[in-house]
Amino acid sequence: MIVSFVLNGRARDVDVLPSETFLDVLRDRLGIFDAKEGCDEGVCGACTVLLDGRPVSSCLVLAPSVRGHRVTTVRGLERGAGLHPLQDAFVKHGAVQCGFCTPGMLLTALAFLERHPAPTRADIRTALEGNLCRCTGYAKIVDAVEAYARGDSNGG
Amino acid sequence: MHPFDYEAPATLEDALELLAEHRDDAKLLAGGQSLVPILNYRLAKPRVVVDINDLPLAAIRVADGHLSLGALVRYHHLEESADIARHCPLLKEAAALIGNVRVRTLGTVGGSLAHADPAAELPLVLIALDARVNVRSAREHRTLTARDFFAGYLTTALAPDELITDIEVPVLGDAGYAVEEFARRAGDFALVAALAVVRVSARGRIETARLAFGGVGSTPLRVGAAEDVLVGHEPSEERLARAATVAAAALEPQDDAFASAAYRRLLAQVLSRRALARAVARALEVA
Repeated sequence: MIVSFVLNGRARDVDVLPSETFLDVLRDRLGIFDAKEGCDEGVCGACTVLLDGRPVSSCLVLAPSVRGHRVTTVRGLERGAGLHPLQDAFVKHGAVQCGFCTPGMLLTALAFLERHPAPTRADIRTALEGNLCRCTGYAKIVDAVEAYARGDSNGG
Repeated sequence: MHPFDYEAPATLEDALELLAEHRDDAKLLAGGQSLVPILNYRLAKPRVVVDINDLPLAAIRVADGHLSLGALVRYHHLEESADIARHCPLLKEAAALIGNVRVRTLGTVGGSLAHADPAAELPLVLIALDARVNVRSAREHRTLTARDFFAGYLTTALAPDELITDIEVPVLGDAGYAVEEFARRAGDFALVAALAVVRVSARGRIETARLAFGGVGSTPLRVGAAEDVLVGHEPSEERLARAATVAAAALEPQDDAFASAAYRRLLAQVLSRRALARAVARALEVA
């Protein structure tokens, strides 16, 4: 079946099986590797994408379910040729090691900050608690989000 | 996942016809946050997945003494709705504890109830408040009490051709409320969840009390013996602690891979004491 949706601002029509997840569609049909496959049960957050601006586990969305919706992956955050300021903050604060959790962290943090523009550090930790990182110990990720939320120029 | 046929009916009547036709061979897809993991792990092999997301079942309405929530109301709606915050803020507090933020984007009221995990938050709220569940089939419309709806571990009174259309939750009025739960990791199902709803009179005595638990049996359950300890008395620290002790003693939790029965009992005591204390504090604020 053909499913039509908007991916990072661009209309897409993709031939899918209903028994594929949207994560399968991204990786296997479109060759887009922004979202990672971790647990396949919605727990790890590595496959996070934004569906109409809200975070979802793309491993728990069936392919037909995105019809008519707007999807954002980490690639959709880039500004022209440059990185999004939150990505700059991640680089500056050393918030990336292996990088597997990073797209999910970025998208989850930005969706949260859109609704909570002045969070405390505790708020940020709670907002990111569904995204697992096995490298950083989280502190640098929270540092980066906090600096970005404070509006520190050049990513804090 | 195993292949299946996919249907996305546009009307409730079409959905009910599909269920009547395929019965146990069909699975309903709402938010998918319980169904899709089961499909990913090939633990279910439906012939047909009936996607009900196009049905008009997402309304939140306030009507004489209760809130009506459509089956497709999502957890983040419970967290963000002004009507919920005003009339049943307990639902807002409970919804914030569900899964992770991604589960709350898509997961639905009807999905949580139909899945019937005994440690899940919404079934606990429904049991605590004596909510009602409206279900439909091509044959009939039924209204079930929460107690009748939850039949056992991951098991409900729903027939294979029935779906949940909406639930009716009593408004809280001036009652104080609190949910406390403990999970091993953020986002996990609770090992034990305790929920208290308390009304305190102008004379400072407990008028009504509801104390319910999740994760300690095959369905969420209320402990009347503990509620009886509270009603008619001042909500002193000692009184609340005694109710918590009575509740923990009355429960019959099971050992499993995650926690022993004894540990669950201890959690039930501690969490119910905390829930009662917060519920009473809130009741006193409005009394």
